[in-house]
Amino acid sequence: MALRTLTSKKTLALALGGVRPLVARGVATFTLPDLPYDYGALEPAISGEIMRLHHQKHHATYVTNYNKALEQLDAAVSKGDASSVVQLQGAIKFNGGGHVNHSIFWKNLKPISEGGGEPPHGKLGWAIDEDFGSFEKLIKKMNAEGAAVQGSGWVWLALDKEAKKLSVETTANQDPLVTKGANLVPLLGIDVWEHAYYLQYKNVRPDYLNNIWKVVNWKYAGEEYENVTA
Amino acid sequence: MLLPTRGLPAAPSLSPASPPPSLPALRRRRPNPSRRSSKVVSYYALTTPPYKPEALEPYMSKRTVELHWGKHQQDYVDGLNKQLATSPFYGYTLEELVKEAYNNGNPLPEYNNAAQVWNHHFFWESMQPDGGGSPEGGVLRQIEKDFGSFFNFREEFVRSALSLLGSGWVWLVLKRNEKKLAVVRTRNAISPLAAGDIPIISLDLWEHAYYLDYKDDRRAYVSNFMDHLVSWNSVTLRMMRAEAFVNLGEPNIPEF
Repeated sequence: MALRTLTSKKTLALALGGVRPLVARGVATFTLPDLPYDYGALEPAISGEIMRLHHQKHHATYVTNYNKALEQLDAAVSKGDASSVVQLQGAIKFNGGGHVNHSIFWKNLKPISEGGGEPPHGKLGWAIDEDFGSFEKLIKKMNAEGAAVQGSGWVWLALDKEAKKLSVETTANQDPLVTKGANLVPLLGIDVWEHAYYLQYKNVRPDYLNNIWKVVNWKYAGEEYENVTA
Repeated sequence: MLLPTRGLPAAPSLSPASPPPSLPALRRRRPNPSRRSSKVVSYYALTTPPYKPEALEPYMSKRTVELHWGKHQQDYVDGLNKQLATSPFYGYTLEELVKEAYNNGNPLPEYNNAAQVWNHHFFWESMQPDGGGSPEGGVLRQIEKDFGSFFNFREEFVRSALSLLGSGWVWLVLKRNEKKLAVVRTRNAISPLAAGDIPIISLDLWEHAYYLDYKDDRRAYVSNFMDHLVSWNSVTLRMMRAEAFVNLGEPNIPEF
């Protein structure tokens, strides 16, 4: 059956891509990545308790449920159960998106002592000036759009890899940036779900957004920019 | 007897189809330029929950109620009043406003704030101190009729709450056309009023509703809501009022 051949375990794993696919029970599974810093290392901008819960509970749950959905998908595809395959798309998008988004988010942050918050230099710095007027204007725009997200979601600094142009985008819930355009590459994503800031900032999302810039890893965003535009 | 021992949480003003009592009585009228240019912008007021902020402890902390009501809901009220200063929606009851601003699924700018003011008001009155457990009399029989058993209803409500992806609400509503109770879920600020359903219970599933008390454990929050907070007294009053619009036939609700 063509469908089955197309989605052999190997191609399924390749098509889904992502971080370190391991093979267990024949289905690609994803693992929770370690943080490149301690939970408390981003204080006072983001508390250690928030970071611990966010990583160990929220992100871990997305990974678990993503793997579960992929396992169910594998079973549905093997059985040729088309309606189950379609029905699983919601869980895959949400949990897979949660895994993808948080994996980027951890890399977007860095303790101040290691250079977090240092504005971008080099090509990304110039591109920001070109596309937004100035670094300050970009921050203002991301703060405003992040604060205006209704419910849960993300605000992104995106790079259109074809047009080589930067833009600010928002996505709802755990929709990954690619749902806003196939050419969009995330350079920086800021989680504006309440779980990302509530224990510390309560209802004042704008304060969280103002403070997170102190621990943004612009070096990572700059490297991504150069990799994509090279 | 339908309302056995518990005190009523509030005056019988809990009906979903009438404006909250403390809102100013507003008449529908066209915006008046001289009014619009005046400084008076307090069209809707923040209504107060029918219990003290600490009354729901330990299942919902005083801190959570204070922030949720005093900050989040207040922000929605303030945001709405600000928008109404320059909006054609002057003079609507809150419920009319929620329905009109939904604009058949293309929400107008006022919708988010208006619906969240309404949703939160309804949410506070969906709870009471020493609530929870199961209903009695006509409400119980209606639930058994529409869900098979109270156990099934509870399971469906909890399952629905746990499978909401993102921020939103889970509701028990009375479906006007089907003439039966149903559990529905809505995203972000969306209200079941727009679909013509009559809300009976709402549970807020935005993280701000439970994060300080339960962190990521939404299941514990939902269980405690069902076991200790939900106000079957409010449900009874709301069902009484709903019966003015929907003929449920037998069993009659309420029975005295």
